[in-house]
Amino acid sequence: MVTWLLAIILFFPVFWMVLTSFKKEGDAYTDPPRFVFHPTFSEFSQVFSSGAGPPFLHSVFVSLVSVVLVLALGLPAAYALSVRPIKRWRATLFFFLSTKMLPYVAAIVPIYIIALHTGLLDNDWALVILYTGFNLPLAVWMIRSFLLEVPRELLEAARIDGAGLYVELRRVILPIVMPGLAATALICVIFTWNEFFFAYFLTATKGPTVPVFLVSFLQSEGEYWARLAAAATLACLPVILAGWIAQKQLVRGLSLGALK
Amino acid sequence: MAEALTATDLPADPTVRGWRRRRSARPAGPAPKALTGRRAWVRRAPLMPALVYMIIVTQVPFLVTIWYSLRSWNTLTPGSNRWAGLNEYKLVFTDPNFRSAILNTVVITGSAVILSMLLATALAILLNRKFFGRGVVRTLLITPFLVMPVATALLFKTTVFDPIFGLLDWILGPFGVHQVNWIGSYATPAVVAVLVWEWTPFMMLIVLAGLQSESLESLEAARVDGANAIQTFLSITFPHLRRYIELGMLLGSIYVLQTFGEIFVLTQGGGGHGSATTNLPYYIYELAFQQFNVSEAAAAGVIVVIGTEIVATITLRLLSGLFAAAEGLA
Repeated sequence: MVTWLLAIILFFPVFWMVLTSFKKEGDAYTDPPRFVFHPTFSEFSQVFSSGAGPPFLHSVFVSLVSVVLVLALGLPAAYALSVRPIKRWRATLFFFLSTKMLPYVAAIVPIYIIALHTGLLDNDWALVILYTGFNLPLAVWMIRSFLLEVPRELLEAARIDGAGLYVELRRVILPIVMPGLAATALICVIFTWNEFFFAYFLTATKGPTVPVFLVSFLQSEGEYWARLAAAATLACLPVILAGWIAQKQLVRGLSLGALK
Repeated sequence: MAEALTATDLPADPTVRGWRRRRSARPAGPAPKALTGRRAWVRRAPLMPALVYMIIVTQVPFLVTIWYSLRSWNTLTPGSNRWAGLNEYKLVFTDPNFRSAILNTVVITGSAVILSMLLATALAILLNRKFFGRGVVRTLLITPFLVMPVATALLFKTTVFDPIFGLLDWILGPFGVHQVNWIGSYATPAVVAVLVWEWTPFMMLIVLAGLQSESLESLEAARVDGANAIQTFLSITFPHLRRYIELGMLLGSIYVLQTFGEIFVLTQGGGGHGSATTNLPYYIYELAFQQFNVSEAAAAGVIVVIGTEIVATITLRLLSGLFAAAEGLA
């Protein structure tokens, strides 16, 4: 029962966010906080009418394209590091991991300048390129751990039957690692969707993503709690749902595939 | 962003040493089974796109950072974009704000990681028993990690920390605590609290994975030998968990070090105390986008990258031991 109590306490801010989003502003600012009120959708429609649509589209585009790129680059790389490993696979694997440890904030100035000169400022592709770079190491580690689970005998059998690389991938490996790839994709989407730092500096004026929109919303509209809560609820909803669905695989992705 | 860690920097765990010894024991000439020429490239081919991509994405910005760090460009000062050698590095090292940013980073990261690990371990132990609604509880507990970090920061800033209408004021009201300007007066604890809330689920999942991989036989054996719950935990569970706790803390530190959005939203780097929550990312942001001091920001960036690289190399050595052990189990 202690566990239930703790879980409810920790979850409470999320519950409160959703609750507040159905309030009218007058019900949001009360002392003590109000639990019973007339629910309304008016703040949600306010959020949409103040321009939440385009940021959602930007975020969806950036997340999907970068995830597709990550998988397209990551799966073959993971293959070359596990099923038929190259000679220095361990060093290569750790090179990928070391890029994940870099303080990417340190590179904001040059990235901003490069984006400025290549016309990628305020362009979704700048974020696609960067987020693919962020998630690729994670994906390689994760997919590799799934590939290692493909039974050796199955691969041997396919090779004896004369299957080429393509057939081997398509018929033997993909069906087995499909759930793993889906989990990898979901985790990449979570990180991409929530990223704020680069999105803020590279897309702030014309093509904001959802987190940037959320922060600028606060700055331009003032601190209206109910509306803020409605915007935040909408912003978080896709990722919370994705995370709930993928929760069994979450631990594996977060630990880079080291743990099951 | 940084020079790659090379193979020679890497691991010091037994498995790897064995692997390397085998390699070096081989004669230098073409070994019987060594892959040569074309065939080796066929193996490497699937790796190349990803490898080249990562090298470009990380190394090009780093080289450009070095270039700007050796100049003295402030976009507000016309004609300042000149060669300046190591001058900007001298400025960064003599800047007291830089030193306090390092200290703040260590304090914020250290306390957030340690506190969330303590809380996470407790929760994981509670969650590792069978009880009604366990799946639901786990779902509730991982949710904070999924909430967008800037949304978390905005919500805590408004609905939790507000001096009059905030939840904290309401909860602590009966204890005689009223209308405290939490963010203004307790900027660092406020930031740490938000980070702990965000990162506890992450740590909890890793510790839980550790608990669930524990062998039932040894627990059973301990019980048969008459060990009580505390003895069993200290002598069997904890040594087994240690590896997972280390892994969680190392990975958590990697992410928490980079915290920017939460500080940007909650305290703008300061709270009521000047720059109490200015960590290194926020410090670089201030240099670059508030003082428009491109070169000094670049120099600070290079210093931070090199510093992190040193810490990361040590971390990787530890990690590779952990990973090798985890894979050995698999």
